[in-house]
Amino acid sequence: MSKDADVIIVGGGLNGPALALALAQGGLRTILCDALPPETRADPEFDGRAYALSLGSRRMLEALGVWPRVAPHAQIVREVTVTDARPGAAPSPFFAHFDHAEMDEGPVSQIVEDRFLRAALLEAMAREPLIDHRAPARVTGFAADDAGIEARLDDGTALRADLLAACDGRDSPIARAAGVNRVGWDYGQSGLVCAIEHERPHGGRAWQQFLPAGPFAVLPLPGDRSSIVWSERRDEAARIAALPDAAYLDELRARMGGFLGRIALAGKRYAYPLRLSLAEEYVRPRLALVGDAAHGVHPIAGQGLNLGLKDAAALAQVVVEARRRGEDAGSFAALERYQRWRRFDDTLAAFGFDLTNRLFSNDDPLLRPARDVGMALATAFAPARRFFMRQAAGLSGELPRLMEGRPL
Amino acid sequence: MTVNTVDPAEVAKFEAMAAEWWDPNGKFKPLHMLNPCRLDYAVAQIAAQHGRDPDAPRPFEGLRILDIGCGGGLLSEPMARLGAQVVGADAAERNIPVARLHARRMGLEIDYRHTTAEALAEAGERFDAILNMEVVEHVPDPQAYLDACATLLRPGGVMICSTINRNPKSFLFAIIGAEHVMRWLPRGTHEWSRFITPDELAAHLARAGLRLVDRKGFVFDPLRWSWSISARDLSVNYVTASVKPTA
Repeated sequence: MSKDADVIIVGGGLNGPALALALAQGGLRTILCDALPPETRADPEFDGRAYALSLGSRRMLEALGVWPRVAPHAQIVREVTVTDARPGAAPSPFFAHFDHAEMDEGPVSQIVEDRFLRAALLEAMAREPLIDHRAPARVTGFAADDAGIEARLDDGTALRADLLAACDGRDSPIARAAGVNRVGWDYGQSGLVCAIEHERPHGGRAWQQFLPAGPFAVLPLPGDRSSIVWSERRDEAARIAALPDAAYLDELRARMGGFLGRIALAGKRYAYPLRLSLAEEYVRPRLALVGDAAHGVHPIAGQGLNLGLKDAAALAQVVVEARRRGEDAGSFAALERYQRWRRFDDTLAAFGFDLTNRLFSNDDPLLRPARDVGMALATAFAPARRFFMRQAAGLSGELPRLMEGRPL
Repeated sequence: MTVNTVDPAEVAKFEAMAAEWWDPNGKFKPLHMLNPCRLDYAVAQIAAQHGRDPDAPRPFEGLRILDIGCGGGLLSEPMARLGAQVVGADAAERNIPVARLHARRMGLEIDYRHTTAEALAEAGERFDAILNMEVVEHVPDPQAYLDACATLLRPGGVMICSTINRNPKSFLFAIIGAEHVMRWLPRGTHEWSRFITPDELAAHLARAGLRLVDRKGFVFDPLRWSWSISARDLSVNYVTASVKPTA
C-alpha cells in the first residue's frame, strides 16, 4: 500500500499546475495527469482567452515564483469604464468609472493571455522535482478507501495517493464519475474571443459595455493590442463566428466604435458556449473539486480563473496544514475545511455574475433606465468604488495565505 | 493479518468502534473539531523543545512520544505520521484493539497498550514528549498522576497537558453548553468540581518537578464554528507545555 505521491491532480490547464506548484511549496509530492499532449499545451494558438488576473492571483503567482515569467506579458489595467449601450446608438449618459489610483493596494487587475500563463506554469512545473507531470495521461477510474485513493490511467498504470484533486474543467468527468450532482443552466449565449491590434494606444483602459445581447469587453494587452470578450445570443454568435475576417471586423467596429482607431485581427478567433455549472458538493471521500470542475461561471466579470486559483490556494493550504500537524492529508475532516472555505464564496460569486448578466443582457425599456441610474449611483462615491474594486481584486473574504503573497 | 486468534464478531465490533472514533461528524465530533488546535499546539511545542523544523516532512523522527488516554488514536496517528515512535496508552481496554485496527489500516506502526501512566513509570519507560490531553480532569488524584507523568519524561522532555478551567463560565460552557445544550458530549462526561484552574495545574506541575514553559487557551468561535488558540483566554479549555529540567 505504498504511495506514489501525496496528491494526484487531474487536469493540466491553469488551476492544476498552480495547485501542484502550491503543494510542492508545502513539501508535498504530486503527480499531475493531463489528458492533452504537451505539444497541444505548448501551441500558442491552443487557447485564445485572456484573463483579468486579480491582485490576489498575481500575489499567488509571485509567491509561487511564476510571476517573473508572466510579468513581461501582463498589461496593468489603470482604469475601467462600464457603460450600458446599444449597438449604433450613443452610449447611456450614466456610466461607472474606476480609477485604480484610488486603491492603496496597487492595480486591481492585469490582463494576461492564456498562452503566456500556460507557458510560465509549465516551465515552473518542469523545474520542480516534487511534481511528476504526465501527459498525455487520462485517468480512467478511481477508488477511495480508508487509507488512500487509487487512480487508474489509460496506459494501465495504477497510482496511489492520499487525495485526488479534479481540475478537469467545467464538465469534470472525475466529478461525474464520483456522482457529484450539478446545478446550472445554459445562458443561450456564446463568448466570442479574439485579440486585435489597433492604431491608437489603449492607455491601460479596460472598457465594458452592456449590450442587449450580452456584455462586450475590450481588455488592454501589452503594446497596441486588446483582447475582445464578447457575448452574443448563440445563433447570432454562430453567424458571426462563421463570417470571413473582414465582415467579422465590421461587426466588431459596429459594437466598439472608433475610439482605438483602425483595428485588425491579431491571431485566431474563438467561440465558447456559456453555461453555469455548479457542483453541489466540492468534496467526496479523498476527492476535491477545484476551479471550473467545481464552478463554471459566466465570464461577465472575468473572475473564473481568479476563483479557481483561490480554490487551488485554499486547498493547498488546508492539505499542507493538515500534513504539518500530522493529520491524514486526504481525510474528510481536512476536505470539509476546504469545502466550508470555498463553496459559499464561489456560489455567491457565480450568482452575482448570473444576476448581473440577467440585469444587463436585455433591452427592457423599464429596466434600462433603472439599472443605469443604479450603476451610476452605486459608483458615484469613492468608498463604494473601492468596495467594488476590492471585490474585483480578489481581496474580499478570508484569503488563502498565497493570495496575501505569503508562502505556505 | 495477525488478528486471526480473535473472534470475528469481536473484530466486527472493533471495526464499528473504529469507524465511530474516526467519523468527524459522529460521536467524537467535539474531539475532531478540537483536534487541529491540539495538534498545532503540540507540534509547535515539541518541535521547539527538541529543536526540530516543524515544516520538515518527518520532523519527529527519532523522538519517542507517549499519548496517554489515546482513545481511538486521534493524536497517536498524527505523531506517528510526523515520524515519532509512539506509545498509545489507554486505561479503557476496549479502546486498544480499536486503535490498533485503525493504525494498521492506515499503514502506521503504533505501540498501543492497555496500561496506565503509573504502570509505565514503574516499568521504567521514558519518553521525549508526552501528550496528556483532557485526562487530568478525569483522574482521582491529579498530583499522583502528574508525578508519574513527570517520571516518564526524560530530562529535556516536554509534556503537553490540556484540561478545563474551573469557574462559572466553564460550568456554563463545558457542562451546560457542551453536555446539555449542544449534546456534544454525553451527560456526566465531566464533573465540574474536578476541573482544575491554570494556577492549580501550574502548582501540581511544579510539585512534580516540571517547569511550565507556556500556556494558552483553546477558544471556540461560534461564528466560524471552529476552535482557535488564544494567548489570553484560558477561561474554559486551556493547554500547557512543561519541561523536565536537564540537571
